[in-house]
Amino acid sequence: MRLSITHTTKYRFDEPVPYGLLELRLCPRSGPTQDVEWWDTQILAGQRQVRFTDHHRNVVELVRVEPGATETIVIATGDVVTTDTAGVIGPDQGANPPWLYERSTKLTAPGPNVRRLARSADRDVADLDVLHGLSAAVRDAIDYVPGITEVDTPADAVLEAASGVCQDHAHVFVAAARVLGFPARYVSGYLFVEGGQEEASHAWAEVSVEGLGWVGFDIANQISPDRRYVCLAVGLDYREAAPISGVRRGAGGETLEVDVSVTEQGSAQQ
Amino acid sequence: MEPREGFFDEMYGLAGNVRAPYRAYGNWFADEQPRRLLAKTAEAERVFRRTGITFNVYGDDEAEERLIPFDIVPRILGASEWATIERGVQQRVRALNAFLHDVYHRREIFKAGRIPVGLVADNAAFLPVMLGQSPPGGVYTHIVGVDIIRSDEGRFMVLEDNCRTPSGVSYMLENRETMMQMFPELFAGRRIRPVGDYPQNLRTSLEASAPPAADGPAVLAVLTPGIHNAAYFEHAFLADQMGAELVEARDLEIVDGRVAMRTTEGPLRIDVLYRRVDDDYLDPLVFRPDSVLGVPGIMDVYRVGGITIANAPGGGIADDKAIYSYVPEIIEFYTGEKPILDNVPTWRCSEPESLGYVLEHLSELVVKEVHGSGGYGMLVGPAASKRELREFRKKLQTRPANYIAQPTVALSTVPVLTRAGLAPRHVDLRPFALVAPGRVQVSPGGLTRVAMKKNSLVVNSSQGGGTKDTWVVDD
Repeated sequence: MRLSITHTTKYRFDEPVPYGLLELRLCPRSGPTQDVEWWDTQILAGQRQVRFTDHHRNVVELVRVEPGATETIVIATGDVVTTDTAGVIGPDQGANPPWLYERSTKLTAPGPNVRRLARSADRDVADLDVLHGLSAAVRDAIDYVPGITEVDTPADAVLEAASGVCQDHAHVFVAAARVLGFPARYVSGYLFVEGGQEEASHAWAEVSVEGLGWVGFDIANQISPDRRYVCLAVGLDYREAAPISGVRRGAGGETLEVDVSVTEQGSAQQ
Repeated sequence: MEPREGFFDEMYGLAGNVRAPYRAYGNWFADEQPRRLLAKTAEAERVFRRTGITFNVYGDDEAEERLIPFDIVPRILGASEWATIERGVQQRVRALNAFLHDVYHRREIFKAGRIPVGLVADNAAFLPVMLGQSPPGGVYTHIVGVDIIRSDEGRFMVLEDNCRTPSGVSYMLENRETMMQMFPELFAGRRIRPVGDYPQNLRTSLEASAPPAADGPAVLAVLTPGIHNAAYFEHAFLADQMGAELVEARDLEIVDGRVAMRTTEGPLRIDVLYRRVDDDYLDPLVFRPDSVLGVPGIMDVYRVGGITIANAPGGGIADDKAIYSYVPEIIEFYTGEKPILDNVPTWRCSEPESLGYVLEHLSELVVKEVHGSGGYGMLVGPAASKRELREFRKKLQTRPANYIAQPTVALSTVPVLTRAGLAPRHVDLRPFALVAPGRVQVSPGGLTRVAMKKNSLVVNSSQGGGTKDTWVVDD
């Protein structure tokens, strides 16, 4: 499947910004499930400072907002050809130790709620089935309700609220999978939805399973990622895989407008 | 003076005879009027107040700024004693740097089964962001303070390594300065190894670790959390002494892919940042997002070789108290040598057998939190009340892996001057090592901390400890 993606992020500032930075993880990389044909990131009213590949093999770019800007726009666009591997990504290409992905972070710290959920998983089955069971339990425990949680709501608090979005599903699942001893990580990316009505930005999770390597789990939709998914970045949690994060000085508020379009190109040959 | 029974006094030994390194000083002292010396003590205090060396005691809002007591009797080490310490510290610091490189790259020491990988895997001091990252020049710990004690047999042992942002070197320098001002006759015609070149050595050493992006003479800056930090005086002092910029986070920006200081003449790029801000606060984009003490984006610049951060982020994994007990193995693994300086015997409470022993002997032991520092969160068994012992026992049983225990080592004493004459007080020693690519330089002597309270074994300045000038003299 050939997917055309355009991801536009617009920051509008009430006052001219004297100093601001954006950190981008906005460049998908080719792998077993996706082949990036071309990709380009344009920045309006901002300058690239550095670009490197981080320890999760994400491409990271640091951008400085043009001093005095009242608006900065980041447009990432490109074509990605995807393959359905039933969610299996395979072994890691990087040099990271597997235990890295068993470390908890502030957002994925296993509090009593996460532990209780992990304990409820049926462990007397094959690893993949344990994880599918866990995925279903997470989905059952958290209703999809936007606007209840924030980007920095930790997994345990999400369970407390019993509602959240795909990011929260992924955090809780990652946290619980780690409690069960599986290396697990958070994935940010895109999801192609027929008709294009729904949010095309998405988050899911990957777990390292003995004999298979990394396997994807989309908890929100209760399936394994297929040809409709494009992975943008991975990390221990949202913070390490966020497509854009920023800091700035200066007074006044800001508004953020994000528009993601994922369309299928007619000439797809699979 | 009557040495304290069962302890090694560095001036009078065990037998009460003045030991060789102290002989010349002892002769001088015998001819001095006690009243003149007491007056000198008061004078020293005035000097320190004037120069502004004060110390904010953590957790004590009442006494915001306090003077660290200074004692005018120097702590004296003979050249051969010092040679052992110097070589031991060099060996240790080399090994710790090799360990850090290994931790963040191939992790051979864990594959070889010499250290349980769990000590690193679950450790907050381990920074994943450093995986695969090599600091400029391969140096992780540009400045190390190694805390050394001396046992009742006069043997030196390492109590703790400080690989993050060790403080105290300004006291080492000011103590010497003050002694030379007050007692010039003691320095005339006697070879006491100088320490005054430390700031210059620090500068040279940091310059030698300049990043690939540096172009021309390296520009150095000291990053301080600001005037409310307990060690602010030292930050300002060192910046001044080595001719570096003193900056706070708000003075720094990312400009053209580098970290630069805002000046009235435009941005000044910084090549080497001697940061006195903890890892957690260093970059809000990567670590604590609420940090206002750090420089957003600095880790990204660091990743591409745009700046040297001294000490390197993630170095805390080498001085973690849980790792400490493995340092002898670390030395042997990377250097192939036996450790020159021993560790203090340590029980790892994570091991059930050790925990059993520790719980049984709690009132004889010192128990420390593996991630704590500065004498906080620690139990000194012999000095603890029944209730404190009970509370600590509970803590140990709940989270054993969070603690290590050590015997209450019979710290050596050095005399201090009191109204009643000389009296023995317990001391430790923090020598400072500077690491440049291929070189470890140890400033002769270091900072001697002294427990000013009679019979107290706690030398931390936050707990009422004082300092002494430390001399290395020819044998």
